[in-house]
Amino acid sequence: MTTSLADVASSNATLRAFLHGLPGVDRVGADQRAAMLGTRSIKTTAKAGAIDLAIRMVDLTTLEGADTPGKVRAMCAKAVHPDPSDPSVPKVAAVCVYPDLVAQAVEALGSSGVKVASVATAFPSGRSSLEVKVADTALAVAAGADEIDMVIDRGAFLAGDYVKVFEEIAAIKEACGPAHLKVILETGELATYDNVRRASWLAMMAGGDFIKTSTGKVQPAATPSVTMIMLEAVRDFLAMTGRKVGVKPAGGIRTTKDAIKMLVLVNETAGEGWLDPDWFRLGASTLLNDLLMQRQKLSTGRYAGSDYFTLD
Amino acid sequence: MSKTERDAAKARTAKARAGKARAVKEPVTEMPVTEMPVEETPAAGGPVATALVAEAPLAQAPASGTVAPDVPAAGAGRESDGQRAGRLSVRKTYKLYIGGAFPRSESGRSYVVTSSTGGFLANASKASRKDARDAVSAARKAFAGWSGATPYNRGQILYRIAEMLESRRAQFAAELADAGTERAGEAVDAAIDRLVWYAGWSDKISAVAGSANPVAGPYFNISAPEPTGVVAVVAPDDPLLGLVSVVAPVIVTGNTCVVVASERAPLPSITLAEVLATSDLPGGVVNILTGSVKEIAPWLAAHMDVNAIDLTGVADEDLAVTCEQAAAENLKRVLRPSAPDWSADPGTRRMTAFLETKTVWHPTGL
Repeated sequence: MTTSLADVASSNATLRAFLHGLPGVDRVGADQRAAMLGTRSIKTTAKAGAIDLAIRMVDLTTLEGADTPGKVRAMCAKAVHPDPSDPSVPKVAAVCVYPDLVAQAVEALGSSGVKVASVATAFPSGRSSLEVKVADTALAVAAGADEIDMVIDRGAFLAGDYVKVFEEIAAIKEACGPAHLKVILETGELATYDNVRRASWLAMMAGGDFIKTSTGKVQPAATPSVTMIMLEAVRDFLAMTGRKVGVKPAGGIRTTKDAIKMLVLVNETAGEGWLDPDWFRLGASTLLNDLLMQRQKLSTGRYAGSDYFTLD
Repeated sequence: MSKTERDAAKARTAKARAGKARAVKEPVTEMPVTEMPVEETPAAGGPVATALVAEAPLAQAPASGTVAPDVPAAGAGRESDGQRAGRLSVRKTYKLYIGGAFPRSESGRSYVVTSSTGGFLANASKASRKDARDAVSAARKAFAGWSGATPYNRGQILYRIAEMLESRRAQFAAELADAGTERAGEAVDAAIDRLVWYAGWSDKISAVAGSANPVAGPYFNISAPEPTGVVAVVAPDDPLLGLVSVVAPVIVTGNTCVVVASERAPLPSITLAEVLATSDLPGGVVNILTGSVKEIAPWLAAHMDVNAIDLTGVADEDLAVTCEQAAAENLKRVLRPSAPDWSADPGTRRMTAFLETKTVWHPTGL
């Protein structure tokens, strides 16, 4: 099967035949299963463990037009010490910034072990030429980014030009060099769950190290159903090719409850092997504060107030 | 076969079937089957006749036109206010009031509320600590909008609450009487008047609690009162006048609140929530929880996102001390008055208890 996968990408016809040959997604069934898994009750020590794991999985993100070097430095400080009053809180996995602010983030994080992720390829629309996208990626990598979050060309994907999408991802992967490549599918614009499954496979076959739901600029973003379909895709891809790909839901995950629901989905869909910051990330900005508040509630026994945590 | 003929045939079959059933089950009773003019005008309602006749032996057998004395027939008797006797009663579900909505307790619990004479009144929701948490979130969310509204606007809305309360005077009087309040009508009037009284204070309190201070230097020095934030209120046992007297002074100055209603008589507080919900009061400004004070109050007292607590309704000395200690953790303002008299002139104390003073130095310039 592995050899045949290599041939699949040779033309639009073979890619379409393969992607459209994937089993369809039962929309109602998928929503129902994701909702059912969201009703699991995670309490006490399991909850404490889940909160710490979720903190370790967070890609602390700021992707605003108004981002300043100062804001990035403040966010990096928070990434290393999420709660300065409690040294037992683990570090987050990475910070995620625009390419021009990668240098500031790299400098601020130093040898802390927190990775620097950068969006690239004309984020968030992805509407630019391949040359610009490759140059965008190369600049971010040169500035020191450990991970690149690229967006796929949704227009080409929806038009059925799968080869264009495939070759673009492959070209960006090459430009990444040692950096990890996360491929943003922007599921909110893909219209159907079938398309989410096809785009996941396309991104994995083209060489993506992670598949990511959304840019965070389009609603709906990381819904449980979409995340579950992507987790199924990485599980099946591992079984078929032997290569393990990570998943990153991003956008709309704001509360500890949302985050724990995601962890349940990971455990029940892809399996325990993905319950690790190397294989599962949560792209979020406000989620971290809620995780910290819940953590404080567990350790002190009283409800925490948002006044006691930094905004960014 | 035409439609008419088909219907007629169907009706005949049904009649024959009914007759057979009667022969087996009710050999004596004569059935009023002839009331259905099946034979004469077969076109009229064949299927209806089928249904009626087929059910007749079981349901209608003993009736045949007369009404059993203990089962009033439809439309048989009417009470003076136009309500049909024997109509199924539509009872109100007393739920919580959180963020402008009326949810049941997250815990699914309820408790029995009895009248002063011990009779059953209703089941009220028994709020849990998580309901209290949700209520605090709702109050926090509503704070920016409510404290940012002009005092004039807040006064208008408080007056509107009084108007809505006035239109439900009879309902409240009845509920208070059930709860054992003597002279219930007067208590409702007093509650309405109190709301109007506090409504008037909305744009005047800053003139009383604030000041322009004379200082030795080229500065204007102004002190202005600002709302404290989210206030947890444990309401006293006086179910309407007491409740209004503790809630109105908190919200008129721009605070938002989470109220734990009287545990013994919580029903008027939920009816008051219906009044609040129809008074242009933004959702979340007042949140009302019913249930055990002993269970909920310590969580509110310890909550780090609550800025002040009013312990008026905490009768238990030990519980009050526990709450005061928990409240000290984030330096909440605590109000713990001794046995207030709700009929007396309230003064401004309850308003100023939940105000912060901001002092501004400003150069006089030219």
